[in-house]
Amino acid sequence: MIPISWYLLLSATLFCLGMVGFLIKRNVITVFMSIELMLNGVNLSFVTFAHMWHKVNGQIFVFFVMVVAAAEAAVGLAIIIAIFRARGTLAVDRIDLMKL
Amino acid sequence: MITVALHHGFIFLPKLWLIPLLPFAGFLINGILGARLPKWVVTAVGLIAPAWSFGLVAIAAVTVITQGPRVLPMAEDLGSWISAGSLHVDFRFVLDQLSLTMLLIVTGVGFLIHVYSVGYMHSEKGYWRYFAYLNLFLFFMTLLVLAGNVLLMFVGWEGVGLASYLLIGFWYQKTTAADAGRKAFVVNRIGDFGFLIGIFLLLGNFGSLDFADIAAKLAMNPGWAGGILTTICICLLIGAAGKSAQLPLYVWLPDAMEGPTPVSALIHAATMVTAGVYMIARTHFLFDRSPAAMTVVAIVGAATAIFAATIGLVQTDIKRVLAYSTISQLGYMFLGCGVAAYSAAIFHLMTHAFFKALLFLAAGSVIHGLGGEQDLRRMGGLWKKMPVTFWTMTAAVLAIAGFFPFAGFFSKDAILYAAFLSGTNGKIFWAVGLFTALLTSFYMFRLWYLAFLGKPRSPEVHAHESGWSMLVPLVILGILSVCGGWIGAGRMGAWLAPSVGAHTVEAANNNLEIYLSVIAVAVAALGWLIAHLLYREGSKRAEQLASTFSAPYRLLLHKYWVDELYSKAIVKPLLAISRFVLEWIVEYAILGGLAWLLSGSAVFGGAVLQRWQSGNLRSYAAWLAAGAAVLLVFALAPYFLGAYGINVKWAGW
Amino acid sequence: MHLILFFVFGGLCLAGAVNLLLQSHPINSALSLVVVMSSLAVLYLMLGAEFLAAAQIIVYAGAIMVLFVFVVMLLNAGREERTMGSRAAKVVGFPAVAVVLAVIATTILKAQGLGTASLSDPITSTEDLSRVLFHELLLPFEVTSVLILIAILGAVALARSSDGERRASK
Repeated sequence: MIPISWYLLLSATLFCLGMVGFLIKRNVITVFMSIELMLNGVNLSFVTFAHMWHKVNGQIFVFFVMVVAAAEAAVGLAIIIAIFRARGTLAVDRIDLMKL
Repeated sequence: MITVALHHGFIFLPKLWLIPLLPFAGFLINGILGARLPKWVVTAVGLIAPAWSFGLVAIAAVTVITQGPRVLPMAEDLGSWISAGSLHVDFRFVLDQLSLTMLLIVTGVGFLIHVYSVGYMHSEKGYWRYFAYLNLFLFFMTLLVLAGNVLLMFVGWEGVGLASYLLIGFWYQKTTAADAGRKAFVVNRIGDFGFLIGIFLLLGNFGSLDFADIAAKLAMNPGWAGGILTTICICLLIGAAGKSAQLPLYVWLPDAMEGPTPVSALIHAATMVTAGVYMIARTHFLFDRSPAAMTVVAIVGAATAIFAATIGLVQTDIKRVLAYSTISQLGYMFLGCGVAAYSAAIFHLMTHAFFKALLFLAAGSVIHGLGGEQDLRRMGGLWKKMPVTFWTMTAAVLAIAGFFPFAGFFSKDAILYAAFLSGTNGKIFWAVGLFTALLTSFYMFRLWYLAFLGKPRSPEVHAHESGWSMLVPLVILGILSVCGGWIGAGRMGAWLAPSVGAHTVEAANNNLEIYLSVIAVAVAALGWLIAHLLYREGSKRAEQLASTFSAPYRLLLHKYWVDELYSKAIVKPLLAISRFVLEWIVEYAILGGLAWLLSGSAVFGGAVLQRWQSGNLRSYAAWLAAGAAVLLVFALAPYFLGAYGINVKWAGW
Repeated sequence: MHLILFFVFGGLCLAGAVNLLLQSHPINSALSLVVVMSSLAVLYLMLGAEFLAAAQIIVYAGAIMVLFVFVVMLLNAGREERTMGSRAAKVVGFPAVAVVLAVIATTILKAQGLGTASLSDPITSTEDLSRVLFHELLLPFEVTSVLILIAILGAVALARSSDGERRASK
């Protein structure tokens, strides 16, 4: 018997840890992984609510989130590879060509 | 046409709006199409309008005379003009004895001058423009006279100022003419400022600008006198002084002689300059309540009369002599108003219109006949070559000097008699008026001698008499100068009493009045005698006098240096101040400052915001997180604040 | 039982997430993330989402994380180097995260009627899931397949373009 709020708190914590991650990490791949962590935290929240209201829609949303996350991971990593080829570095602070 | 059948006779009182409208239509036609129309069409259009208006006014006059004054006043409401809150101003025309008299003068003399202009301006390139402007002037002048409220009168007031500006500067390529036009307009505007203040005060104190309403309100408060009413009257007087060329706003009238001579005759002798007198007569119910203002009016009038007369003594340009004479005679009319003899003032206005217009037109005939010569010192001996002009001019000179039985005698006498009767100040005014009559007689006869008599001083110029279109108006005006006085003598007061109040009855034919008239005629004869001694053929006394009293002579010749005084004391400082304000404050500080501020803030803002675009991914991420936090707080704030009882409703709550 | 399971696997999640932040080598971070994914799969199971738990393992832990590891290996990413950092990230970012956490936590804790979860709650069968997915949400389902196609195309195009030019110029 666990209060639903615990699951939700866990999900919020995971989300915020992901946010912290993309703020402090210097390797662009690790930043991307933090974003995946955020998505997972949100997924947990959806599943919890689906369980709470006994509706299946929350789980379907998670399904779609997974699909999109997969696509995003593929494209994002391809971009990272392209950037690595162009700039030769994976440090996030060095990729600043958009500076005015 | 309103035709009302009565038991006997007929009443024909025209639609009042036709009277201004016809000249306006003439203005539109001549103004828009005139350049392309043949000259005879322009002439026809230009003459039909005033003729028709005069016809309507004349028939109305006949009706009033036959039916008696009970048919007047006639008011015509043409709809509401301003209706804002408590301010209601209508398009309201009123015909009463005063406006009927003025209209007769305006349209009658106006028509004669239109006819004269056909001959005088015949060879001008801007012929169509001249007649367009002249008709425009008539439109505004009739509007001014017929107006039933102060605001409509002010429209006409400003309009005649505009027409005057356009006509003075008719030969606009001549710098002096353009400058004179501008000077007239600016000085008029100064007077109009006073008039406007008066209108505002009227509105504030009476709540209405309609003449009848104001008169009624005053009638309901018989004890209301002085105080604010004096202020209103002084403000109105400033306006009248500007328009009627009284001290100190007379300086535009002599310069206005740059315009064509018929313009000087119509606008600056017979009609526009008399608008001030008309306005004072129209608002007499206000002036009657303020003895202080009346005294000021009388002082202004008397001072102007004698001041202008002294300047006219030594002027050498024929038109300038007549201009100063006009200013002086207008002073007489103001004097008449100042001693509450409004009907006498209007009477003098009428006779003055006749003989002053005649004087100007005759002077124009002389100028035209001499091919443009205006200097008196180069004229002479014209009585043989231009007989009609000579005899009509003589009639006018006798009239203005005030000889019995010519027109000026009766009207000037009425004013002087009324002045004499009004207290101790009145006697002073009478003395000043009498002395001015002496000066008037002197300088008019001086002009007469220098221009017409003796031997020609410029024999190489072949003087010729003018054409019939110029001579017929001269003759008609000459007849009016001779007989005009008899029209109003003894009757003017009673005729105008419903409009201007019954204060003085002139020509009461008692002994005092006859005694005073004899003195006046004697004074006029004295003036003629002095002029004869100084200026008859072969006399060098004039030059000797001028060299003996050279300082006063020069003072008068330079018009008391008033123009130069105004220029130094008022015009130049104003120009300097406005240049300073415009160039430094407006241009540099305000506009420059504004531009600097705008551009500076843009540049500064850009410089600040530019630092946001650092290209640094992590700072972007940080700001993203911050934005998310703000949005979250914004969305959930009602939920949290609701616990504390603060109910905000946003973001879908 | 439920409690113990929750604490163990919830703790593993948190530990993995914190470890992801603390590690300096990206491969260690990737492996920590795998731990997080797997623990989350168990949590899903506890909440009755059996299909999702399986999908989590197969898709996330089994495909996406493998992809991550492959890229780390391909690019030979080493330990993170010290770079100049970003002041904005520290000054603006951390307070923002704190605010977000605080707001969400407060909302969750103050909410009423959330109820409890227990192991005896009904499990969502795959049949129920697919019924909704293929009946009401068929269009989004098909659109996601198009999405994946586009992603594949994009990834291929991005990852090989420079290689193709180099080969062509030789």
